Amino acid sequence: MSETMAELVGFDEAIARYDPLIGLETHVELGTVSKMFCGCPTGFGAEPNTQVCPVCLGLPGSLPVVNAAAIESTIRIGLALNCSIAGWCRFARKNYFYPDMPKDFQISQYDEPLCTDGWLDVTVHPEGAPPSQLRVEIERVHMEEDTGKSLHKGGATGRIHGADYSLVDYNRAGIPLVEIVTKPIAGTGSLAPAAARAYVTELRDLLRSLGVSDVRMEEGSLRCDVNTSLAPRGSGSWGTRTETKNVNSLRSVERAVRYEIERQAAVLDAGRRIVLETRHFHEDSGTTTAGRSKEEAQDYRYFPEPDLVPIAPSPDWVAELRAALPELPAARHARLQSEWGLSDLDMAALGNAGALDLVAQTVSAGAAPAEARKWWLGELRQRANTEGIELTALAVTPAQVARVSELVASGGLNDKLARQVLDAVLAGQGSPDEVIAARGLAVVSDDSALLAAVDEAIAANPKVAEKIRGGKTAAAGVLLGAVMTTTRGQADAARVRELILERLGQH
Amino acid sequence: MPITRDEVAHLARLSRLALTDEELDHFAAQLEVIISAVARVQEVTAEGIPPTSHAVPLTNVFRPDVVVPPLGAAAALAAAPAVEEQRFRVPRILTEG
Ligand SMILES: [Zn+2]
Repeated sequence: MSETMAELVGFDEAIARYDPLIGLETHVELGTVSKMFCGCPTGFGAEPNTQVCPVCLGLPGSLPVVNAAAIESTIRIGLALNCSIAGWCRFARKNYFYPDMPKDFQISQYDEPLCTDGWLDVTVHPEGAPPSQLRVEIERVHMEEDTGKSLHKGGATGRIHGADYSLVDYNRAGIPLVEIVTKPIAGTGSLAPAAARAYVTELRDLLRSLGVSDVRMEEGSLRCDVNTSLAPRGSGSWGTRTETKNVNSLRSVERAVRYEIERQAAVLDAGRRIVLETRHFHEDSGTTTAGRSKEEAQDYRYFPEPDLVPIAPSPDWVAELRAALPELPAARHARLQSEWGLSDLDMAALGNAGALDLVAQTVSAGAAPAEARKWWLGELRQRANTEGIELTALAVTPAQVARVSELVASGGLNDKLARQVLDAVLAGQGSPDEVIAARGLAVVSDDSALLAAVDEAIAANPKVAEKIRGGKTAAAGVLLGAVMTTTRGQADAARVRELILERLGQH
Repeated sequence: MPITRDEVAHLARLSRLALTDEELDHFAAQLEVIISAVARVQEVTAEGIPPTSHAVPLTNVFRPDVVVPPLGAAAALAAAPAVEEQRFRVPRILTEG
């Protein structure tokens, strides 16, 4: 089943006539070693159906038992998102006929989520405009179990539509899943796509700092559904929303919102209406196509899960978890910015280059913040770009960069030698000190050694020396060049210049 | 509380049961009897007693996050009606249309 190419309105034109409203539902697979309701392992990429047991296969007579670590992680996520933690809540059965859950229902939470009413502050970085702050309200954070994975056979494209039959692997079924739902985000206008991306980025960083998930979008441990609707500019009357699924990278989050704004504007311009539906995002084309229609309200017949007793986190436990929260990304960002004395734009540049942690680690290892920043955003970023890799993939550690920076600061290396040392480190020739020892690289600032080279240069260039004696100190550059050649670039240039001028009576 | 024929038809569809018109009438009448029998519970004075979903007044029954050896694929798939590529083979999920 294919859909004809949708008509689009240009983004700027769409935003001139419509206000976008976005909402995000993010699913996070927790990093527990065992599943939500049974002891099956949770490793990614195992052979099909090797991580299953009677509980996660829904065999008769089996009973679920809640994983304590999953509840703890969910409460920590709720606290980090400034939510209220429920004093008492229950799991619910969500009933549906779809073979990705062998029980024919999913254990989820319905009207009693574990965490409610929080917020997350994010920094939106629009292209070509200054960054801006946005507070995203969090509606709820609840627990559920992940579903199995299906392979669709017989159809042309491996899609569920047109398939003759499907093959199911239940390794993923029952892995603890946390769903984080925002309240509708209004008022972002043309920044809506960037705001959606900024939120998911900040949320990912937050979850990573909590250590509750490996948050790998490409492996599906962080998955995002993006809701979009439009209102005629200034009217406040939002139309029907669409829910875009399968949005599996940060870039795709941004593109999916943008595409839906352009598509919905065209539908509304033509006087047609938006249909309440699930849409699938296609990574290759950046477009969405219609999936399941939700016009007929789903009836999941939720009811309290009879096989599980309620969760009632004690205030003491919640307080203990709150006190043990690590420094969260926003607080750390603000602290580093003030410690380093950088502007918002400088911090944004570090963030965009993926250099924030590297610079922080280099500073911790003893480098001055300005120096650490200079090396990572300059020389090292250039190397990474040339090789087409991330900064973190370079074969040099923050401690090694700090050592080079320390040697430059103490005069042991000049910039040119420092670059040579880093080159050798990147080429796998050892630590900075090993490279320096092996190659005999070090700035020569010992006056007696330098004076010999200076005298040699003067003797070899009598006419230049005469000019300098006559007051043309600019000619000292020629002698300096000669000294640098004889010392293979290892001389302290400033000191050499002083010595030349001293020797020729110009001091 | 009367149960309508439409409600029975809705429930049947959610449960993937194909019921004839006669069966719908039959079950609607039966369900109404059952529901009204159960509804007698509401006559009990239960002011101040919160509704419960569980017979045992327990909370926070947890297990530690520890791996227990799984079944193994052969045992897991042993009772499956059809198996292919070490996966459960299931009939077409979406009907055409
Ligand atoms: Zn299991």
